Amino acid sequence: MPLNITDPIEGSFQLIGGNFAQAGEASTQLKIKLSALGVDELLIRRAAIATFEAEMNVIIYAAAGWLNYHITPNCITIRVEDMGPGIEDIEKAMQEGYSTAPEWVRELGWGAGMGLPNMKKNSDTFKIDSVVGEGTTVEMVINFP
Amino acid sequence: MTELRKKTSDSRQSFSGKNVKLKEISQLLEASIIVSPENIDDINIESACSADLMSDVLYYHSPNSLLITGLTQPHVIRTAEIAGIKAILFVLNKKPDSRTIELAQQQNIPLLSTQLCMYTAAGILYEAGVRSLRDY
Repeated sequence: MPLNITDPIEGSFQLIGGNFAQAGEASTQLKIKLSALGVDELLIRRAAIATFEAEMNVIIYAAAGWLNYHITPNCITIRVEDMGPGIEDIEKAMQEGYSTAPEWVRELGWGAGMGLPNMKKNSDTFKIDSVVGEGTTVEMVINFP
Repeated sequence: MTELRKKTSDSRQSFSGKNVKLKEISQLLEASIIVSPENIDDINIESACSADLMSDVLYYHSPNSLLITGLTQPHVIRTAEIAGIKAILFVLNKKPDSRTIELAQQQNIPLLSTQLCMYTAAGILYEAGVRSLRDY
């Protein structure tokens, strides 16, 4: 099915730290949008998973953040920026299984050290930038073949 | 590689698993159905995943699969919806709260609950031909 995208589409969501009830809303909305645009099911799932993991990171670790997306006929770019504690050692944080999540987060089934690796795995391009004490920015691109 | 490992590895490559009706799964596990969408009789499960870590579920994402879990919070439904999970089975007779049930109803995701533990439930389904979301 050809993609029903002519002009770039943009949108954003505000994320509030600690608000678990909101978790997944941005990903669900994005999923509905991509589906309406005729994007392939697997690509939608990859975008939704990457977005969901990014949302969870903001909700678990940060005070607040913004999630912006930009859809063109060629790709979707998801950018998540937060006002959080920042990541001291990005290389370590990218390792599968490494986590600094508190116990109560783990009891909810999160914080198992797969968030950032899952985001990278589902993106064609993955960039992360973090300043301790200021926040973290993640940019993920998923190409439409 | 030992003979046994080799055999398992060969069977993984040659056998992609069987489709099993969700209704049949509920009978095999003597599970009660907590949320039952209208199309429940037509739901076919192609693969399964047992996990209590939501990122593990997202890692193995695959459509038309069953999630076997001990977690009953609403996040489980969100995760399922995003990962392409078709139905959720709670083990150890766990019952989800009303928010989880409500979200599952909205998303049309059937919820089942069995008295069995996760290991046994997964073992019975494996014997019935249901395979993992993905084997590496």
